[in-house]
Amino acid sequence: MAATTTTPSAGPISGSRSFLSRLRDGDEIARIITSLFAFSVVLITLLLVFELWHGSVLSRHKFGFHFFVTSIWDPNAGDFGALPFIYGTLVTAFVSLAIAVPLGIGAAIFLAELAPQNISDTLQFFIDLLAAVPSVIYGLLGVFIIVPIMREDIQPFLKSTLGFLPLFTGPAYGIGFLTAGIVLAIMVIPYIVSVSREVLLSVPRDQREAALALGSTHWESTWKVVVPFARTGIMGSIFLALARALGETMAVTMVIGNTPTISASLLSPGYSIAAVIANELGEATGDLYLQSLVELGLVLFLLTFILNGLARLLIVLTAQRGSEMGRT
Amino acid sequence: MKRSVGFALAVLAAAGAVWAAGILQITGEGATFPYPIYSKWFDEYHKKFPNLEINYQSQGSGAGIKAVTDGTVDFGASDGPMNDDQLKAYSDKHGSGILHFPTVLGAVVPIYNLPGVNAALTFTPEALAGIYLGRITKWSDPAIAGANSGVKLPATDIVVVHRSDGSGTTYIFTDYLSKVSPDWATKPGKGASISWPVGLGGKGNEGVSGLVKQTPGSIGYVELIYAVQTKIEYGSVKNAAGAVIKADFASVTAAAAGVTMPDDFRVSITNAPGKTAYPISSFTWLLIPAKFSDSAKRDAMKGFIKWAITDGQALTQNLSYAPLPKEVVAKELKAIDKIQ
Repeated sequence: MAATTTTPSAGPISGSRSFLSRLRDGDEIARIITSLFAFSVVLITLLLVFELWHGSVLSRHKFGFHFFVTSIWDPNAGDFGALPFIYGTLVTAFVSLAIAVPLGIGAAIFLAELAPQNISDTLQFFIDLLAAVPSVIYGLLGVFIIVPIMREDIQPFLKSTLGFLPLFTGPAYGIGFLTAGIVLAIMVIPYIVSVSREVLLSVPRDQREAALALGSTHWESTWKVVVPFARTGIMGSIFLALARALGETMAVTMVIGNTPTISASLLSPGYSIAAVIANELGEATGDLYLQSLVELGLVLFLLTFILNGLARLLIVLTAQRGSEMGRT
Repeated sequence: MKRSVGFALAVLAAAGAVWAAGILQITGEGATFPYPIYSKWFDEYHKKFPNLEINYQSQGSGAGIKAVTDGTVDFGASDGPMNDDQLKAYSDKHGSGILHFPTVLGAVVPIYNLPGVNAALTFTPEALAGIYLGRITKWSDPAIAGANSGVKLPATDIVVVHRSDGSGTTYIFTDYLSKVSPDWATKPGKGASISWPVGLGGKGNEGVSGLVKQTPGSIGYVELIYAVQTKIEYGSVKNAAGAVIKADFASVTAAAAGVTMPDDFRVSITNAPGKTAYPISSFTWLLIPAKFSDSAKRDAMKGFIKWAITDGQALTQNLSYAPLPKEVVAKELKAIDKIQ
């Protein structure tokens, strides 16, 4: 992700060499083959959208826009609405980012700027290891370790101290939005740390030296110069984490409670789009039921698409502000 | 050297000939509940007839019904019989019907976690329906306490746990609740996944039992096989004749023997009559097309079903399935001839 923003675009080499000679040297062949690969990615995405669109025609026609705003999910009555699932997906993703972003970026700053090289490399090795752990393992970790701690200690504590907020009300089951968000946070932190660290390390040395030469402390040069310089790449790492959190299935379904409810309380059980698809697809009988599940897939795709679009917009806006600041 | 090369070639040719003569491959898809016994059966049957291979994908009953209707597999398998709409969809597409063959029996049992209570609990149909409808919310409720005289039940809240994934287990459980509670039958009704009035969802038997084990005051339901194999204590249920029955092979088979079997074998045996019948029991079915275009596959399938419901039944109890009653086997043996 970061690499694409820093590498200059590789256009065709200008010059007077003929097509044939370039073909003989392999340039043209490489260009044709790699562009085919690049376009195949676009093609796969378009096919995916087409299939999801085509496969949900019954449910789209029957429910229309109501699919997005009703919260009934009743296979027996043939009545389907996506709202609790959309809500659960967004809430768990944002809870996870609220935890993972400060932790991840803080860790990345330490690893890139403050830690000695050998400690940084050793820690990075373990962080990369965390990113490679299968999600079902995180689910098990959640079920057997985090859920009991949440039920016995954390949730009663939150209720007794912050119980006046609607965020922390209701019975302490141990599972629910908050627990799912915490498990997701553990899963996405390695992405934020790894990518952010690489980006911070690639900030040119003269940027740091210039800041130090102007009399700033080490921390000031890190916080006011290096981090803003790497802003785009750090944002990229957050979006990668967000994408993972939105689509995570196995670990979420094991700790979220699988109940399609919309509740302001983070302690309440909920449901996510990916989890309900995985849970119900195998036994979905009847075309409308099946197609409603496919439409949920389409909704998840849309959600990811919209959030990514907003993220790009954010990058463009902050980049403009940054360059204006640079000019003044 | 030359001779050994020639020998190797001869072996290869022979192997090729066997391969070309063909191992007959039959594919099926469907229920996960009977998967352990089916894979055992297919394996044993392959040992008896090495040139026949049956491949089975346990994707779920719904997927099995869909696959056999689409014609992507040779046979399906389901924990709930196909309904009339599904049968019509099949015959509209293929011009012939689907035959149901019961293979083994299963049961669903209530499990619970109630600290301080060591006695095995008994549940009445009214108590189970009330709890899952969200109307009975305390363990000390008279509907539960009435059937458990002598057990001191705490006044703690009941945490209801159900399956989150679509499942034949849920189908059997909700089919039972629909029969014993008119309110349940109108809403939410029966199905592999339903809109639950209350409760938390756990994925799979292991998800439900995990949640129950961890949550004080909780109640859930799992397959009898799962409870037996993982040695979970489960409750008894009062049956239609008023007797308190703890599920085991005999009481599940008794439930199957207690109902009149229709000619198409599509029968629900939940809440079965009979003093010794366990009320939350069910058959699981193979879904076999009435017409095969490939006669070799047809004969192999007929042979397999015949073997599974007779000799194959001896393998069921090792895997904790209840065997079919004799009358059902006799009736099925006659029905096999309907496969053309």
